[in-house]
Amino acid sequence: MPHKTFFWFILPSLAAMVLFIALPLVSVAVQSLFIEHDQVLIVTENCGPFGCTQETTVDFAASEVLRAEKPLGKFNGLGTYFDRGHLATAEVALAWQDRTSLGDFFSGLYNLPFYRALAFTLSYTFIVTPLVIILGLLIALGVNRLPGMLKGPTIFLSLLPMIVTPLIGSLILFWMIDAQGIIGKTLQWMFDDPQLSLKASAGLTWTTLMVYGVWHSAPFAFVVFYAGLQTVNTDTLEAAQIDGASRFQRIRYVVLPHLTPLVVFIALIQLMDNFRVFEPIVGFSAEANATSLSYIIFADLRGDVMRFNSAAATSLLTVLGVAILLTPVLIRTWRDFKGKVV
Amino acid sequence: MATHAQTQSRTLIIASTAFVLFWLLIASIPFMWTLWGSFKVEGDFFSKADWKNALWGTRTLIETGGTFTGNGYEGAFYEEGFGRAAFNTLVVVFFTVVISLTFGTLGGYALARSGHSYAFWLLMIALIFRAMPHITLVSGYLLPFFEWNLWGRLPTSIIVLVAINQPFTLWMLHSFFLNIPKELDESARVDGCTQFQAFRLVIIPVMWPGVITTGLFSFLLAYNDFAVTSMLLSQENQTMVPRIEGFLGSTFEQGNVMFAVAAVVSATAPLFVLVMFFQRQIVSGLTAGAVKG
Repeated sequence: MPHKTFFWFILPSLAAMVLFIALPLVSVAVQSLFIEHDQVLIVTENCGPFGCTQETTVDFAASEVLRAEKPLGKFNGLGTYFDRGHLATAEVALAWQDRTSLGDFFSGLYNLPFYRALAFTLSYTFIVTPLVIILGLLIALGVNRLPGMLKGPTIFLSLLPMIVTPLIGSLILFWMIDAQGIIGKTLQWMFDDPQLSLKASAGLTWTTLMVYGVWHSAPFAFVVFYAGLQTVNTDTLEAAQIDGASRFQRIRYVVLPHLTPLVVFIALIQLMDNFRVFEPIVGFSAEANATSLSYIIFADLRGDVMRFNSAAATSLLTVLGVAILLTPVLIRTWRDFKGKVV
Repeated sequence: MATHAQTQSRTLIIASTAFVLFWLLIASIPFMWTLWGSFKVEGDFFSKADWKNALWGTRTLIETGGTFTGNGYEGAFYEEGFGRAAFNTLVVVFFTVVISLTFGTLGGYALARSGHSYAFWLLMIALIFRAMPHITLVSGYLLPFFEWNLWGRLPTSIIVLVAINQPFTLWMLHSFFLNIPKELDESARVDGCTQFQAFRLVIIPVMWPGVITTGLFSFLLAYNDFAVTSMLLSQENQTMVPRIEGFLGSTFEQGNVMFAVAAVVSATAPLFVLVMFFQRQIVSGLTAGAVKG
């Protein structure tokens, strides 16, 4: 296809992506370098019978004018990145100096909002992703053995947790695990502890969110694996059976190698999706015990005062995280591409 | 020996069937429970006294005089104006899907037929864009949209959702167009068609299965979105998902939880219908990317 035709075909799509994905990233970068204006202060001197006192008041009108003229605020350089709400270099250095043990240092880090969010985001990503792959594979192996008639309805029910809006799915579970909800009550009865609440401690909240994550994403892994199982070479399977391979050995040495490329695919998609975990935290009202990078951006923008610069700095750090996460994939794809060209 | 193998496989069959059954319960019971409970009063939906009340509607009978009540739905739609939100969702989703597919088919076709290395790089950039958390992009839009007075309107959200949708749409349609033989449009070119005519006369008639599958996923993205619509829409333009989140603020007032429950069920129903009718396309769409590698 000639360059010119290609250009006209791709133009609408490219324009949309440049205007609403690439430029916002630039906008985020710019915003993160600015900070809101200081209030304009007026110092007035009141002289009464007992001498003069100086009084400082905020000139709201002047502050408003300044804000309207320069909505970005004043230039702050990289200041926002290193403040307490983000990388908190000063606080981290202090925690390192005052540490009594490594655990003490990490609990110091955990008190800083950015590191708290990072800790949860990374734990969530790297715990949920492998669990999703394992559960998805087990369900796919199980469904594959069902009689044909039952497969359709089974797939229908299995798809539901994935298709339903994440916020809605998490709300549905949230109401059930509520201390007065059906699961919450059952757990209280099982552990014989009427005060038991999954919202109470950080550990339980994390577990709940991760269980939700696995529940939500397992269908995706299941469907992909299930489709992969349909293309397993039956000749190879039979040959293995004749050679005396047990059922387990057949799965281990014939089926699993066939599915490996799918594992890579699911892992890639899941890493991307789990890294931006956000809606469940809103749905489960879990922000007291667990926040993610996406959530703290949302909180900055939702607060009474919108803190654009803070949200922008976190956003850029998050994008950096995504880039690091994707690097191995990109390098691999690039090598494949070079290999093809050479 | 044979009997030993047979008994072993029978235990395996029982175990694997039990596991699948267990999974199906986990996957579906939350939805059934909430659907059933949405027709009860709060005292039954939550196990205030006895969990079996939810099944028989004990409190519901005392409070409303019947074992089923539509109070939650009435509250959500009449008092809280959830119908308006449902209409906004319809508008946003419809235009997002139509525009995404128009842009996506043109772009995906070009990428599939180009063969130049920049097509590969565009796909790679699209993959990176696909990985961006949506909320990071929102924090980029918000200040400019306030300044230019674009904030709060439905068209703004629609075009933003279209853009966020593009990377995925491009990938999917690109791999779909790769499966349509090149000879088809090449022969049209030989017969004297321009590239666009070849696309319009030869490709468009055969592209619908792929477009429908991609459209389903565009629909899901627009319908399920919370990050973009909750930040970019004003109160009266809100779609269903941010509206439900809005209900939660007033959760603790008596009865309001049931409004939210009814709203949740109403918002889930279209998705159920969608899966019922398009299960095959959804499954094939999920695996399309994987098969391509």
